[in-house]
Amino acid sequence: MPAPVKTRKGLDIRLKGGAHGEPHGLTAPERSSIHPTDFHGLIPRMSAKAGTEIQAGGVLFTDKKHPSIKFVSAVSGTVQEPVRGEKRRILRVDVLAGGDGAVKHSALAAESASAEEVRSAMLERGFWPMLRQRPFDVMPSPESQPRDIFVSGFDSAPLAPLAGQVLAGRMDAFRAGLSFLNALLNGGKVQLGVRAGDGTFDGVSEAEITAFDGPHPAGNVGVQIHHVRPMNKGQEVWTVGMQDVANIGEGLTSGEFVAKRTVALTGSRSQPALLQTTIGTPVSHLTADRVLMEDTRIISGNALTGSLRGEDGALGFFDQQVTCLPEGDEPLFFLTKGWLGLGFDKFSASRSFPTWLMPKGKEYDLNTNNNGEERAFVVSGQYDAVFPLDIFPVQLIKSIMVGDIDRMEKLGIYEVAPEDFALCEYVCTSKIAVQDIVRKGLDQMIEEFA
Amino acid sequence: MKALHKLIEERVKPNFTGDGKLKRFWVVFDSLETFLFTPGHTTSKGVHVRDGIDLKRTMFLVIVAMLPALLFGTWNIGHQYYLSLGDITTADAWSAMFLDKILVGAIKVVPLIVVSYATGLGIEFIIAGINGHSINEGFLVSGMLIPLIMPVDVPLWMVAVATAFAVMIAKEVFGGTGMNILNVALTARAFLFFAYPKQMSGEIWIHNVMGSKAAGTLQMADGYTGATALGQLANTVGQPVNGEVSAGVMSMFADGGMFSFMNCFIGTIPGSVAETSALAALIGAALLIWTGIGSWRIISSFIVGGLVMGVIFNALGLNAYMTIGPVHQVVMGGFMFGAVFMATDPVSAAQTNTGKWVYGFLGGLFSIMIRVFNPAYPEGVMMAILFMNVMAPTIDHYVIEGNIRRREKRMTQAAIA
Repeated sequence: MPAPVKTRKGLDIRLKGGAHGEPHGLTAPERSSIHPTDFHGLIPRMSAKAGTEIQAGGVLFTDKKHPSIKFVSAVSGTVQEPVRGEKRRILRVDVLAGGDGAVKHSALAAESASAEEVRSAMLERGFWPMLRQRPFDVMPSPESQPRDIFVSGFDSAPLAPLAGQVLAGRMDAFRAGLSFLNALLNGGKVQLGVRAGDGTFDGVSEAEITAFDGPHPAGNVGVQIHHVRPMNKGQEVWTVGMQDVANIGEGLTSGEFVAKRTVALTGSRSQPALLQTTIGTPVSHLTADRVLMEDTRIISGNALTGSLRGEDGALGFFDQQVTCLPEGDEPLFFLTKGWLGLGFDKFSASRSFPTWLMPKGKEYDLNTNNNGEERAFVVSGQYDAVFPLDIFPVQLIKSIMVGDIDRMEKLGIYEVAPEDFALCEYVCTSKIAVQDIVRKGLDQMIEEFA
Repeated sequence: MKALHKLIEERVKPNFTGDGKLKRFWVVFDSLETFLFTPGHTTSKGVHVRDGIDLKRTMFLVIVAMLPALLFGTWNIGHQYYLSLGDITTADAWSAMFLDKILVGAIKVVPLIVVSYATGLGIEFIIAGINGHSINEGFLVSGMLIPLIMPVDVPLWMVAVATAFAVMIAKEVFGGTGMNILNVALTARAFLFFAYPKQMSGEIWIHNVMGSKAAGTLQMADGYTGATALGQLANTVGQPVNGEVSAGVMSMFADGGMFSFMNCFIGTIPGSVAETSALAALIGAALLIWTGIGSWRIISSFIVGGLVMGVIFNALGLNAYMTIGPVHQVVMGGFMFGAVFMATDPVSAAQTNTGKWVYGFLGGLFSIMIRVFNPAYPEGVMMAILFMNVMAPTIDHYVIEGNIRRREKRMTQAAIA
C-alpha cells in the first residue's frame, strides 16, 4: 500500500463521552420513520396510503422529480398520516411496527451482477437514497454516471464510532457492497479511504485503498476525494457511507431491504454505548434510560454537523451517532467563565486559551453556548488552519455571500459540502454560520444549472 | 454573579427596552451587558459547539500586548521632559524621579486616551444605533492605538478631529468593522499629518519644549530642538557623507550618543507617545505571536524587509542616513511599533498566508525607503503601511488567481487524459 496521505490541517475536538467496547443489539423500535428532509431538495410523493399495512421493503414514497427513486419502509407495520410542516411539506413519514414478512426481490450475485441490474435494483429496492453525489451534496439522479465512487472508511468527527465497531461482523456484506458499486463504474474500483494503521479493511481487494493520517476532517469523504482524485467542473462523484455499503451488499445479495445501523450514543450527558438498530429508529428509543434529559441537547449525528430531530424524530438517515451535550444557556460573567476567563474548561484552537498546553488526553465537557455574538469577518487565516483542501475558504464563502456564481465556480465550490466547513465554523471568532452559507451557495449553483 | 445578572435583567434592562425611558440607548446597554456577561445564546444552526474565542477576547489581548509600549511611553514622556529641563542626566536616567516621570506622562497620555475613546466610541454608538446593529469591538484597539502614535504635545482637539475623521471616513463609510481598507489608527495620524502639517512638525515630541525655551529653562545643548531621531537624520539628506552637518548628526547615533543603538532599542528617546521603544513593541509581538492573534508571518517578514532595505542602503552609502546600520534603522522611529501593531491589523492586511509574506516584506522595505528618500515625511512606516493596505487586496488577488489557475489546469489535464 502506498504511504498514507498526511493532512496537517484540522482539529480533533476532544469531547467527553466516547463510546467504547462492543456493540450490542437494541430491541426493535415501535415505530420507524423517514424524514424526507434528510435528502436535500427532495419532494416526496406518497405511494403508501395512511392506515394501510406495509411490509419491510415496501415503497413508502417516491421522489417527485425522479419517480424511479423509491423510499422503502425499514419495518413491517401500519403507515401513518405523514407529519407535515408549513405549506403541507412532508417532514416525516412513520410506520407503526407490527406484522411480519418482507418484500422479497430476486437475489443478485456480487461477482456477476451487471451495471444495469445493480442500478435498477438499487432504485427499485430503496438503496438509491444511500447514495450522495458531489457536486452539490445531494442525491444523484437515476440517469447520472459517476466518475468515481468514494467511501470513507473512518469517521474522524468528534466522538464518532470506529470503523471496526460499526462494521463488526459485516465485512462480507461490506465487500459484497463494494463489488456491486464497482459494477456501476465503467471499469475501475471504488475508492476507499482508511485511517492509517487501522486493520479493519485488511484484505479488502474490491476497492482502491488510500490511507489517511491527520486530524479531523481527514475522515470527511470530501477531503479524501480532494487528495486522491480531485473533482473538476462537469464531473460527478458519488459517495456512500461505510455502513450503507454493507447494507447494499447484504440487501442485494439477499433480495431484501437491509437498513442496519450501529449507532454510537455519545456525549457527556449520556452513558455512552454502541447500539445496533435500524435506520429510522426514533432518537428517543436510542436514548431511553441512557441520557440525562434535563438541559440536554440531543443531536442526531456529531456535534459539528448533526441535526435536531424534534420530539418524536428519528435518527438521521446518514447518521451513525447520537451526541448528548449540555445546553449552554446560562449567561457567563466575563471574568470567570465568560470571554475573559482563563478558560480551562474551554476547548479552543486559539492559543489565547490554555487548551494547547494541556495534556493531549484531556477531554472537555463542552456545552452549546455560542461563546460570543456574531460579528463581521475580522480575523484572517483562522479557517485555513482547519481546512485541508487547496481552496481558500473565506474567499469562497464571501463569493457565496455576494452571490457571485462565476467566482464560486472558480474558487472550487464543486468540490465541497457544508460538512467540510464545519471546523471553520467551530473555530470562527466572528461566530459566522459557515455551513449554512455553503449550503445556500450550493443551492444557488443547483438553481443555476436547473 | 447570578444575582448581579438578575438585577441587570430585572431592574436595568426594562429602561432600555420597549417603552423604557432610555430605549434610544439600547446599544449602549447591550454592549455593556454583553461585556459583563457572555450571553446565554446557544448555537442554533450548523455546529452545536463553538470555540471559546470571540472578538472581545481577541481585541482585549491586543490591548494587553500594547500595555508594555503604553507604560514605557508614559514613563518616557516624563523622562524626556525632565531631561530637557536638565533635572536629570542620562546617567541617573532610570533611578531618578520615577514617580514624577510617570505623573508627567500620565497627565499627557490619559487625556489622549480619553479623547480618542470618547470620540470614536461616541460615533460608533451613534452609527450602531442608527443601523440597529450591536457594537463591533474593533474600535477598542483602534481607540488605544490612536493616542499611542500621537506626538506628545498634540492638541487634544486635533486628536478628536482626527479620530472622528478616521472612524467615519476610513471605517464606517466602507461598512464598519471588518470592511475598512485602511488601518483606522494610521488614517487618523495621516489625517493630522496632512491637514495640520505645521502643527505636526517641530517641537511637539517632548512635552513643553517650546514653553521651556520661552521661559529659558531648557537645559539641553544649544540648538536643541526636541527633534526625533528621524528628524535629525533627515538633516543629513543632501549633505556630503563626511560633511560637518552629517558628522554632527551621526555623532548622536554613535555609542554614547543620544540616539545610540541601545537608547533607540530601549526607547529613551523623543518620539510619539509609545512608539519609541522597540523592546516594548517586541514584548507585545511575543504575546501576539504566542496567542496566535498577530500574524507571525507579517511581523517577521516586515522586519526582514526593513533589514534588507537597510543593507541595500549601507551598500549604496550615498548620504550619512544610508550609512546607519540596518538593525539600528529598524529599532528607530515607529518601525517596530508599526510592524507589530499596525501592519498586523487583520482587516487591512493581506488575508492569504502567501500574501502576508509579500505584504509584510514590502511594507518593511518601503518603510525604510520612504524614511531615507523623503526627508519631508520622516516617518516612513505610516506611509508604507497605508500604501500596503491599499495594495493588500491586489496581492491577495494574485495569490487567489494562482489557486484558480491550478484548478483550471487540473481540469484541462483531466479533459486530455
